[in-house]
Amino acid sequence: MLRDAVARCLADTCPLDHVRECAELDNPLSDKVLGAVQDLGIPGMLVPEEHGGLGMTLLDAAIVAEQLAYMVAPVPFLASHVLAPIALSEAGSEEQKAQWLPKIANGEARIAVAISETVEARDGAGVSSADGKLSGTALFCLDFEGADAYIVADAGGRLHLVTADALKLETIRLTTIDRTRSVGELRFEQTEAEPLIDDNGATTARLRDAGRVILAADSLGAGQAMIEKAVDYSGQREQFGRLIGSFQAVKHMCAEMAARHEPCRSLVWYAAHAFDSIPEDASIFACHAKSHTGEVHRFVARTSTEVHGGMGFTDLMGLHYWFKRIGFDRQALGGPETVRAELAALQGWIKAP
Amino acid sequence: MDLDYGPEYDTFRQQVRDFIEAHSHLAPPCATRAARPSPEAVKWQKLLIENGYTARTIPAEYGGYGAEPDILKSRIISEEFSRAGVPGGLTNQGISMLVPTLLELGTEEQKQRWIEPTLKGEIVWCQGYSEPGAGSDLASLKTRARVEDGNFVINGQKIWTSTAKQADMIFCLVRTEPDAPKHRGISYLIFSMDTPGIEVRPLKTMTGHAEFNETFFTNVRVPVDQIVGARGQGWLVANATLGHERGMLGDPGALENRLQALIALMQEERIGQARAIDNPVLRDRLLALQAEVSAMKCNGMRILSNSLKGESGGMAKLIVKLQSCEIAHQISALAIDAMGEIGTLYHGSPREREGGAWQWNYMFQLGLIIGGGTAQIQKNIIAERGLEMPREPKLAKVSDAAKATADIERHKQGSA
Repeated sequence: MLRDAVARCLADTCPLDHVRECAELDNPLSDKVLGAVQDLGIPGMLVPEEHGGLGMTLLDAAIVAEQLAYMVAPVPFLASHVLAPIALSEAGSEEQKAQWLPKIANGEARIAVAISETVEARDGAGVSSADGKLSGTALFCLDFEGADAYIVADAGGRLHLVTADALKLETIRLTTIDRTRSVGELRFEQTEAEPLIDDNGATTARLRDAGRVILAADSLGAGQAMIEKAVDYSGQREQFGRLIGSFQAVKHMCAEMAARHEPCRSLVWYAAHAFDSIPEDASIFACHAKSHTGEVHRFVARTSTEVHGGMGFTDLMGLHYWFKRIGFDRQALGGPETVRAELAALQGWIKAP
Repeated sequence: MDLDYGPEYDTFRQQVRDFIEAHSHLAPPCATRAARPSPEAVKWQKLLIENGYTARTIPAEYGGYGAEPDILKSRIISEEFSRAGVPGGLTNQGISMLVPTLLELGTEEQKQRWIEPTLKGEIVWCQGYSEPGAGSDLASLKTRARVEDGNFVINGQKIWTSTAKQADMIFCLVRTEPDAPKHRGISYLIFSMDTPGIEVRPLKTMTGHAEFNETFFTNVRVPVDQIVGARGQGWLVANATLGHERGMLGDPGALENRLQALIALMQEERIGQARAIDNPVLRDRLLALQAEVSAMKCNGMRILSNSLKGESGGMAKLIVKLQSCEIAHQISALAIDAMGEIGTLYHGSPREREGGAWQWNYMFQLGLIIGGGTAQIQKNIIAERGLEMPREPKLAKVSDAAKATADIERHKQGSA
């Protein structure tokens, strides 16, 4: 039901032509699509009912993520509608919850999230906190454009909330291959911040799990679209007097995509369900879902492109929007090798890296 | 997919654990490759059926336990047996392929007569499908049966009949209507392997063992009522069975067991002082395989949950054979790599690990990728049935055309 509602809404508001228009802009996020998604109540999905939200589950959010990726929708979701509500619900003070959650639910406020350095630090990035002030750099802040505030993890894994109008905060847009999402860099120099509850990084770990599940679900939706497009194209394109889809060489490429893609669906659903209800499986399956979809959909992305032949390589077909979305999903919050190294530690095979 | 455990399931899990603790001393050793279950394995099987831990949903009137299907209970049973390292119920071609086929398409009498002793491990079956000239193109099989005095009289040859040496019975595809189109001329017969005129010759494979046989039929007489489905409908019956075979070859529980064995191996084997699992490259491959196995387990739950709702397995089911056999093969490949030179030891060599089981698996699983519908046939099925891609256009047969031309030439010359 939820899935159909989102699919219908996006079919109306988010055709590929609109994605193309947005992708040309510095800020690619679409107010039109975001408005439509807000009308469905998506921003409040994970906000508890007592704060004006719908109190839904990560499994519901995963279904939405899949649909957003299926249509390569240029809207904020992962950080602003999933991670921020989870962070505030699980580690916000009563004042922070009352101040932000209702506004998230009704679409008045959006919070971006920067936790990449708790996975791995690049270019010497990292944030330290002392006396209610942050210093340092956070890279790949998710759902960056238009955020009213940022939730940032420090080196100890504790979360802090910084408002967009804070002094001594520098924000720099980063431009990735994926022009349907928005990321940025945050620079702090003794910047005023409000800490969330100190729980020894437990909530940050939850955010990594949730983020990975949603990225896996996104990859799933984008992969699904790419497989369908390959099958459709091979059922229309003729060469040597035949539909190319009747050649086993092409057929087997599609079958391999489907065979590797299909089990990902169950894996992602289970990982989302585990996040919601089975604590002992939550981190392990979030890691499996993230690393495995990263691998499978890289294969799907290149294979679908190959099935399209030269057309797949052009901008005309627009296939590359999905290709790039999958490329982003693979690296964000840890590529497969990084995530698997965590998994080894989680299972006690090795000491934590 | 509803996977929430409730208190009822916690109680059930405890029951399974209690059962295993109280009875595990009766269990036969895990993972024997014996075709014919040992007397203790038969006893164990009966005990499991009585307690509903195997043949769980098969009606009690046919020798099963007769429980309502319950995906979570099935999952709990398989988890607990696997965790305890105690073998679950028997799996063989009779139980995994013939029993579901009879339940679906057998007569009442056939169900009464064959299902119970098969479940209990008293009757061992083999499968007579492939022929030397009919592999991927199974429907072109040539073993024929004519009717004479109330009997089918069978002549021909089958290949890849695993367990034919030990089997009591065979389920076998034969051509009974030679003039019908190839898919409509086949019948599905069941008969005793003691019937006069059957000769079984072992077929040695690359593993060095004879896991399969060739089976020859010379005037083998089988009463005409030993047919499942009607005459000429054997292809449909066989397809039902092949679906079950795809399920058997793709059991995610078996994959999980192989994976656990691999994890144990990699924690045990030393490269210098370090364990194999301490090597980051080997470990990364292990984790990638663990994710593959987890995905197949989740996929298996989805298939079960769909089938309980009366929905078809769809794509989730079509991909199982292809994926599972490939993953199983990769698990064995990694085990060998983790052992390095030690991994090449075989034929009962000093320092060989686990009786050479990993090398045997590595080779045998390549056989499974080919058998039961090759990987390429599986991909055709996924593409054509699952993705509804266009079928290969049928080419005019070159040989027929050439023959026709030759006939015309001959005719011309004859009349000249």
